[in-house]
Amino acid sequence: MSGKQPFDVDLECLDLSKHFGDVRAVDSVSLSIPQGSFFSILGPSGCGKTTLMRMIAGFEDPTSGDIQIKGRSVLGTPPNKRNVKMVFQHLALFPMMNVYDNIAYGLRCAGFSNREIGAKVADVLERVALPDVAKRDVHQLSGGQKQRIAIARCMVLDPDVLLLDEPLGALDLKLREAMKIELKLLQSQFNTTFVYITHDQSEALVMSDQIAVMNQGRFEQIGSPQHLYQQPATAFVAGFVGDANRWEATVTNCEESQLGTMTGAGHSITGHTQNPSVAGVGDKVSIYVRPEFIRVNRSGESTGSSTADTAEFHNELAGQVDSVLFNGANSRLLIRTDEHQALIEADANLTGGLDDFKEGENVTLSWSSLQTRCFPVPAS
Amino acid sequence: MSFKGSTRQDAKRLTLLLLFAPFTLWILLLVVLPHIGMVVLSLREKVAPRIYEFGFGNYIDFIQEPIYWNTLLRTGGMSLLVTVLALLIGFPVAYYIAKLAGNRSKGALFILCLIPLWVSDLIRAFGWILLLRESGIVSTTLQKVGLADGPVELLYNDATVIVGLVYTVILFMIVPLVSTLDGMDNEMIEAGYNLGGNSFTVMRRIVIPYAMPGIVAGCIVVFMLTAGSYLTPILLGGKNSSWFTEQIYDQFIRRYNWESGAAFGFLLLAFTSLVIWIGLKLSGQTLSSTVAKS
Amino acid sequence: MLIKTGSGHSSPFLYKLFVLAFFIFLAAPLVAAGVFAFNDSLFPVLPWQGFTLDWFFNDTEPKLGMFHDRRLLSGLKYSFIIASMVAGLSVLVGTCNAFLFVRCDFPAKNFFYIVMVLPLVIPGVIMGISILVLASNIANGVESGTGLELEFLRPGLTLVVLGQFSFITTITSLVITARLKKFDISLEEAALNLGASRWRVLRTVTLPYLRPAMIAAAIVAFLVSFENFNTTLFLVGSESPLTITMYDRISKAGSTPVLNAVSVFLMAGSALLALVSLLVQRDDRS
Repeated sequence: MSGKQPFDVDLECLDLSKHFGDVRAVDSVSLSIPQGSFFSILGPSGCGKTTLMRMIAGFEDPTSGDIQIKGRSVLGTPPNKRNVKMVFQHLALFPMMNVYDNIAYGLRCAGFSNREIGAKVADVLERVALPDVAKRDVHQLSGGQKQRIAIARCMVLDPDVLLLDEPLGALDLKLREAMKIELKLLQSQFNTTFVYITHDQSEALVMSDQIAVMNQGRFEQIGSPQHLYQQPATAFVAGFVGDANRWEATVTNCEESQLGTMTGAGHSITGHTQNPSVAGVGDKVSIYVRPEFIRVNRSGESTGSSTADTAEFHNELAGQVDSVLFNGANSRLLIRTDEHQALIEADANLTGGLDDFKEGENVTLSWSSLQTRCFPVPAS
Repeated sequence: MSFKGSTRQDAKRLTLLLLFAPFTLWILLLVVLPHIGMVVLSLREKVAPRIYEFGFGNYIDFIQEPIYWNTLLRTGGMSLLVTVLALLIGFPVAYYIAKLAGNRSKGALFILCLIPLWVSDLIRAFGWILLLRESGIVSTTLQKVGLADGPVELLYNDATVIVGLVYTVILFMIVPLVSTLDGMDNEMIEAGYNLGGNSFTVMRRIVIPYAMPGIVAGCIVVFMLTAGSYLTPILLGGKNSSWFTEQIYDQFIRRYNWESGAAFGFLLLAFTSLVIWIGLKLSGQTLSSTVAKS
Repeated sequence: MLIKTGSGHSSPFLYKLFVLAFFIFLAAPLVAAGVFAFNDSLFPVLPWQGFTLDWFFNDTEPKLGMFHDRRLLSGLKYSFIIASMVAGLSVLVGTCNAFLFVRCDFPAKNFFYIVMVLPLVIPGVIMGISILVLASNIANGVESGTGLELEFLRPGLTLVVLGQFSFITTITSLVITARLKKFDISLEEAALNLGASRWRVLRTVTLPYLRPAMIAAAIVAFLVSFENFNTTLFLVGSESPLTITMYDRISKAGSTPVLNAVSVFLMAGSALLALVSLLVQRDDRS
């Protein structure tokens, strides 16, 4: 993509921690972000991602560890001297200045001449496709335009890293969807390293080259979106990234990575674990299965009639359709297998035809053991 | 890093000190020390010309002279009456502005309420004098209409003083009430009706408890301003207004008896503070939940 | 139902009448004070003798207009000097207080906040005498100790300014604090992030944001100072501000409508300042 070497690292955090009293907001986090990539930090609110970002920007001092930008530690550098720019959650455009002065602000601080500033501002406005708004007041811009001006205000300073703190959170749904694509395009156009913080997994999945999933101050897993989705390393990642049905079960037998288990309701489910050494017979495990991997058939219909390989579907459960949740291509069925048990979610293809599932129908659920992820439950 | 952390800490401490300095100078030099000085002065007794001794003589004089403490009690009583009247008149007006007026008329009405704030006490009292004196507008009009045979003197009685005082202070009741009521969600009132309340119970159980901090804040400010007012009682009440601030002025300026004036000042402050303290205890509010609401 | 629910529903007639009566009550004395300024008569009484501007501009007795009345003009001048100084000082200290109470953390902050509000509820007369007592004590002490006469501690302009400043600062502090509380701290962080120094952030972001509140506070301080009587009464020296001069005339019988002219002038001035403060605040809301 860029002319530089693939291992050219823009931002590196080494064993970074931040404690507030007894609270470990960020707990030995390490990351290394290659030049020109779109890196997301995904986690629930309160997981420490904002603290991590504020340390990178210089608004908080780490308790221990190091932050390096382009290979140089920036711990002694105050925030206004770091070449890391930030797009704030509510954008923080200066309301008392117009668009031009907002973008020129950083250039003026850096001591550029008025002529240079004019040229640079015009250039960056061109690049964010808003060439005519320079004289406008901030409040005259639409939500999407504000977003782009906030990015332009940072990009005009040619930062090593651009930090984005959930900037799409304040937008309405439609605009958010459009901005996801636009952000990704802007990033590849500027070819600058973006570090994007979000609690919205779909934002992270759509835009990122790499995602770090963060929970309680620690990184649970770092990987590409596909990798995280298909091979979650921990129960938290499996539950947080994408939707999943979840059971608690006890291991009844182990064969390498394949586990036989028994749920509390007495169903046996076969699944896989990535780390066979940690689960033995009698251990508790959490089982995660994504709705799209569960096949729903009417009871009595042969599962084999519609699929080439029945042997692939190791797991089967009988149940009854409790409700049909229509949502276009993302429609779901909620299926009740037992009294007092959580309903199981499965994808459904609802076309409006006679073939659609109705509430109350008896169905059989089947899914592959390869799509059944087992994680040991901590002994506590 | 620890070095950097400590410099940032130092900068913070320096900022705090720099910001605390003007605050401290102001409060200490212009509020605390003058009041201490006043109390100290009030404890000096004149034993002979130009000879003073420490003692409670000024306070004993106050107790022994019924005119003094009668004036103080009268000032307190009338101030309470003015406060109650201001609340009774001000609350419906504030409620109208906050909840009933349309969006556009709301702002206009609120500004109208503030107009007396922009015009000095003196001009307001002057206006009342022109309206109410013997040769004033009301008297002349009454004679023209035939309701009075001769000139009517409406000045120099307690009722006029009270009207004038209510007029002077009522906006300090209305402003906190409007801002409290404005912050109240209309849905709360609607829910009250929806759950079967009538206008009276909704007012009593929902609106008034909600507005309590505003009511108490308004009452405190109004009471203090009334008890400490000077112009309105003097100009509208004339010689027989018997307002306590007049006594203070008398001691200080006319008799040049500062010791006794200082004692009177302290007594006024202590008396009004006591009334407010009792009021806060009775209403279950605190100073920080009302006047000093941050 | 006692709330505004969309359109169509109107409040009871009697209630509206009450509110109307209240506003008439508010306006009555101001109208009375104002209208006689234009009456062509030697006394501010009915009947109406015809319209005149003599009470503003005439330069001969007995109808000496306010702009030719030397004592009123000097009162106006002193009021203006005092009010300007009080406004400037109290906005300066009020701004510091706002930063102190919004941005800093220190022990017993709540207590100090209440202390800050107190001067507003202490009767003005007591503010006046207590400052008079302290200043005189210091001046007397210095005089008897060193023989030095500290003129500024005797009743006069300085004491009037200090006395008014002592409680007007509470007002400006409250106004500016309210605005600073609404400030989004991320604006400062954004400016810092874009490379500005602390001082530059304050100058280009925070203070411009506070400006409307500072102007509004200055206007309120100016007006309250201009109107103040209770505190000023005890601290005034030979340079009487306008309220004191006017009071002397009102309390004497037989005042001429020149006082009404002054009232109109002051009301017009206040209205103008009120308008400015409204415009400043509207401007920042958009």
